[in-house]
Amino acid sequence: MSKNAVNREIPGSISGFDTLKPFEGAFTNTPLVRKQKGVRNLPKLNKMLDTVEQAIMKTELKDGMTISFHHHFRNGDYILNMVMDVISNLGIKNLTLASSSLTDVHSQLVRHIESGVVTKIYTSGLRGELGQFISHGKMKNPVLIHSHGGRARAIESGAIKIDVAFLGVPSSDVYGNSNGYTGKSACGSLGYAKVDAEFANKVVLITDYMVDYPNTPFSIHQDQVDYIVKVDSVGDPDGISTGATRITKNPRDLLIAQNAAEVIISSGYFEDGFSFQTGSGGASLATTKFLSEEMIEKGITASFGLGGITSQMVKLHEKGLIKKLLDTQTFDDDAIKSIGNNRYHTEISASYYANPLNKGCAVNKLNVIVLSALEIDTDFNVNVITGSDGVIRGASGGHSDTAVGSGISIIVAPLIRGRTATVVDKVQTIITPGETVDVLVTDRGIAVNPRRKDVLERLKATTLPIFTIEELKDKAQRVAGTPETIEFEDKIVALVEYRDGTIIDVIRQVKS
Amino acid sequence: MEKLRRTMLYVPGNNAGMVKDAHIYRSDSVMFDLEDSVSLSEKDSARLLIFNALKTLDYEGIETVVRINGLDTPFGVDDIKAMVRAQPDIIRIPKADSADDIKAVEVLIEKEEKLAGLKVGTIKLMAAIEGPLGVLNAYSIATASKRMIGLAIGAEDYVTNMKTKRSPGGVEILFARSQIVTAARAAGIYALDTVYSDVNNEEGFLEEVRLIKQLGFDGKSVISPRQIAPVHKIYTPSQKDIDFALRVIEVIKEANEKGSGVISLDGKMVDKPIVDRAERVIAMAKASGIQFDEEDDK
Repeated sequence: MSKNAVNREIPGSISGFDTLKPFEGAFTNTPLVRKQKGVRNLPKLNKMLDTVEQAIMKTELKDGMTISFHHHFRNGDYILNMVMDVISNLGIKNLTLASSSLTDVHSQLVRHIESGVVTKIYTSGLRGELGQFISHGKMKNPVLIHSHGGRARAIESGAIKIDVAFLGVPSSDVYGNSNGYTGKSACGSLGYAKVDAEFANKVVLITDYMVDYPNTPFSIHQDQVDYIVKVDSVGDPDGISTGATRITKNPRDLLIAQNAAEVIISSGYFEDGFSFQTGSGGASLATTKFLSEEMIEKGITASFGLGGITSQMVKLHEKGLIKKLLDTQTFDDDAIKSIGNNRYHTEISASYYANPLNKGCAVNKLNVIVLSALEIDTDFNVNVITGSDGVIRGASGGHSDTAVGSGISIIVAPLIRGRTATVVDKVQTIITPGETVDVLVTDRGIAVNPRRKDVLERLKATTLPIFTIEELKDKAQRVAGTPETIEFEDKIVALVEYRDGTIIDVIRQVKS
Repeated sequence: MEKLRRTMLYVPGNNAGMVKDAHIYRSDSVMFDLEDSVSLSEKDSARLLIFNALKTLDYEGIETVVRINGLDTPFGVDDIKAMVRAQPDIIRIPKADSADDIKAVEVLIEKEEKLAGLKVGTIKLMAAIEGPLGVLNAYSIATASKRMIGLAIGAEDYVTNMKTKRSPGGVEILFARSQIVTAARAAGIYALDTVYSDVNNEEGFLEEVRLIKQLGFDGKSVISPRQIAPVHKIYTPSQKDIDFALRVIEVIKEANEKGSGVISLDGKMVDKPIVDRAERVIAMAKASGIQFDEEDDK
């Protein structure tokens, strides 16, 4: 027995419970609770700090830790470069960078890798100068490339332990409730960031737009957030999103899209209540348009659209052709407005979207997916990351997640891109294994994975130009020839992780 | 089955990227242009490009047409020499004003065919009529050579010569269109309408296609792959037309089997023009990719 802070006798232990801890006062064990209770003119309790530097100090970021960022601000992102510069100035070294993805604007990272601030990288993709730098073997450790679902799995399972997440948000209140569709830097869904907010040890929000408490509805919750910093700007709105995504006028993309739509219509999956996802690329987006025309004609509605949401999908939703939208990443202004206003346009986290090891992710419920490809081989393996020169210039994204989760996965690509064939004997890098890819639609013909006899039979009953993938490869090579093989060094510059955490391929250093 | 020429896609002869892919949009014909879309400094390189494209690439059964430069230019003769050897299906003669324009080209083609050891008469001809004189001479142009398979109207030069300009309804070229389609029909060859250059005006384009179909044209020259599908759609018979045509053919068959004379369907007499039209509807539907059940196809 001992007396607690309010003079009550409390036993040290009691049967059925562990050691009992006597009450020590209302504020002792909860340092964040405001202690000025009862005092008039209370300072509002908040998590605001003045500078990014203060936030880094408060999080006690140290050499060797893991930090994370999201890529919802796409090519408009200011956050990663801003934070990395401060970290570098503070002399912190040997960090692991676990971004959801990296884009062209992150070429400054080259400097931080050279100076030893960043020594390891997890990301979905690499582009531009950074991709060149990595591909030329200039980083000591290989980069680990993951899919969107794979990253969520890694973070939830503890394979990636984030010490500090620096999350740019378009709006926040003083307590950390934040969302992606309010403010001048609106980006829509914060689906990737939600995973970091939930699992990172420390969470720092950086915003340029403060709103009154509570900032509802919120995507990132106050109970996940440690510190908040307001800066002048989190990103360049022109780089964060485009205006309404327009349907391409490129006749080749339109031709591919028309073929893809007809494949879907004839595939057996086009029935009332089906679900689909199409990307934001030219042909993929146009597929949505052609598909919607047929939906109107046949009186078919989709139960949900997944993605990667564009204004095109929003329009279909508003017309009643797609009942609900599940949105992990929002691509353009109209879609950003929609996720803010529209009850059935729902934000989902990357885990909800595609984590293969949670209790059920959205890609498993997907009927039809339309995906792009840089290369596809005669085994239907798809490369979306290394270019024809062997340099990393793309992203794994949700490609392998949706391909395996969907009922039918359709790859759209021109048969010849520039001067090189898209269909090859062996792709440079496998991101998505051929056993999860069902149909290839090009501008010069369609090939069905022989594994999908049901689909092949249905498509053969149409007037669509069906070939074997070997025939398509030959067609391409007749025009484009066979390129000389790219030469690589032995050094592995990147590991490509499949969504389940196994390594599906490696990327080697290109010969200079 | 009668060859369809609903769409003839213009492809500038100096654009290698477009030349390589000209056929993938499945127009009924592709027309490589050595004439107006190629600048003077590129005439020879375009000729060489088209020569090699025709010799090397597989256009997968799509009819190939080359529009050569006129014989009144320094390029016409060389175009003919090269193209006879490259062997497109058709050479298209620009700005034809009289039968002599066709005959002059024919003489040169025949000479080159012989020199190249090719069978005389392989390459077919079509002529674009682009001026008032050509319109008035349309029938003699259409019948100037056995090689002639079609007449096309080029409206831009024509309206300028007529001291007017194009209007949305096209009243200023109604006479020329009518004259050319009539001449072509009289000669038993194809009639192709002029291009519609405002690619983004889809509604205006559709209206024009409906008009020229009604006038009796077989098809239209198109300048963008995006214009192909709409033309084919308009030229594809409606289900109603197909159903009626199938019934016409059915009653004719029955009547022939029974040996009965006067045939009627829904209380109307079925005579030869109706049967001819029905057969054309079915042929056009099949050519447009509409599939018929075995039952209907007997």
